[in-house]
Amino acid sequence: MALKCENSLSLLAHKPITGARLNKDYSIWKLLSQGFKQHQGWTPAWRNPEIKSSYDVVIIGAGGHGLATAYYLAREHGIKNIAVLEKGYLGGGNTARNTTIVRSNYLWDEAAMLYEHSLKLWEGLTEEINFNVMFSQRGVFNLGHTLQDMRDIERRVNANNLNGIDALALNAQEVKDRIPMINISKNTRFPIMGASFQPRAGVARHDAVAWGFARAASNYGVDIIENCEVQGMDIENATIKGLQTSLGYIRTSKVGCVTAGHSSVMAKAAGIRMPIESHPLQAFVSESLKPILDTVVMSNAVHGYVSQSDKGELVIGAGIDHYTSYAQRGSPHIIEHTAAAIIELFPMFSRVRMNRQWGGIVDTTPDACPIISKTKVKGLYFNCGWGTGGFKATPGSGNIFAHTIAHDEPHPLNAAFSLDRFHSGHLIDEHGAAGVAH
Amino acid sequence: MFVINCPHCNEPREEEEFHYEGEAFIARPAEPETQTDAEWGDYLFMKKNPKGWHWEMWGHSAGCRKLFVVKRNTANHAIDGAWTLTEARAAYDAEMAKI
Repeated sequence: MALKCENSLSLLAHKPITGARLNKDYSIWKLLSQGFKQHQGWTPAWRNPEIKSSYDVVIIGAGGHGLATAYYLAREHGIKNIAVLEKGYLGGGNTARNTTIVRSNYLWDEAAMLYEHSLKLWEGLTEEINFNVMFSQRGVFNLGHTLQDMRDIERRVNANNLNGIDALALNAQEVKDRIPMINISKNTRFPIMGASFQPRAGVARHDAVAWGFARAASNYGVDIIENCEVQGMDIENATIKGLQTSLGYIRTSKVGCVTAGHSSVMAKAAGIRMPIESHPLQAFVSESLKPILDTVVMSNAVHGYVSQSDKGELVIGAGIDHYTSYAQRGSPHIIEHTAAAIIELFPMFSRVRMNRQWGGIVDTTPDACPIISKTKVKGLYFNCGWGTGGFKATPGSGNIFAHTIAHDEPHPLNAAFSLDRFHSGHLIDEHGAAGVAH
Repeated sequence: MFVINCPHCNEPREEEEFHYEGEAFIARPAEPETQTDAEWGDYLFMKKNPKGWHWEMWGHSAGCRKLFVVKRNTANHAIDGAWTLTEARAAYDAEMAKI
């Protein structure tokens, strides 16, 4: 199911809607006028509506992906009667727990097109939703530590370039020239031999993405209902009729399930089996430092990735804990291994104190690619399986999932990411580009 | 971090000595040739992935290097027990019979 490049690239052209401009009330003038009033006049960024008994579309999960889905459903497909149900609080799951890396340098055409679509949306997102998502294209390095790593990097960089995605293969000295404090000595356990570099990649502010999409969706009339847990699905004749929730029954004919680590639980409620395993993925941040690292460094081989937030914290991510879990915590030895890897890359970080550590539950698939799909239940759609790297796809995922729900057909960009691929055998093996550090 | 009692060594050891080996009791179809694509895909890829009690295999990779079965709660990491594969099968079947 290889996508043809030239066709796919035209799919990537996102047409901003220039007509009715909602969401334009945040501006420098608003900020100044509020400044004169000691900032006492700001109103909540989104509505807190009463839940209704019936909706055209219900999205389960108010994380970045779910809120983006609701936003694009309202904006691009004209559906207005939408609810986003969240059992906890908005953006409190993996949206709040990831390490905010955004990139699109994936190996296979299908995945590269999907993530590049998302990256293109990121590039205009702050302006589009009038909310500063602090998208910073500071570049991402994926380090290679063995000859095979370097061969894979060459291959991936070439594949990226053929797909119109920016990518460079660098040797160790070229990496050192760009990141002077990195240790390229041969006297390490896994010496750095080079890297792939995507200049347009970078980081964004995770909470702002959820808040921005919540505000934009809310302005289009989407009801965001927090503290509302879906407890059961009402399915008749393989068709979704409604949802049992902790706030009562909701009638609806379309449900989009975007529940990340809890996707298997939701699928079970619908009698669907999923090729998903939920694992803890841990991350931690340091005390705030003066600006020291102006890019993102990732290494699959030594299992660590690091960037510096605008607050000055080093944001460090680990590999997954190997056991399945829903506990939102992992084992300390994973943190120890990750810290060791980061210190080998950056010996000068050895005295930096770590401030906070946490775990999220990621929904991993056998081919490290997401499932954005219809199901055997009519009107029930799943967007899951993003595993360790869903944040980067937030706008693109919402955009094509909204298309899938609105048309009851996959968007060309997610046709290959159906649940059927685990029966047909058309897997998209992205362990090379995704793997541990995603 | 949790402590697992290896039923072969009969000794509680730290989790770091062990390697997680996935869901237990996924039976390979007796006659693969007669399987449909859907059945074979289910066997290869589909997982229970429950929130709650989970029967799973672990290997004592830095110890006796043998496989065994643990019943662990994925919501809070509590461990109900660890058995050799044969013992575990009997315990699992007894539990399934009750449901």
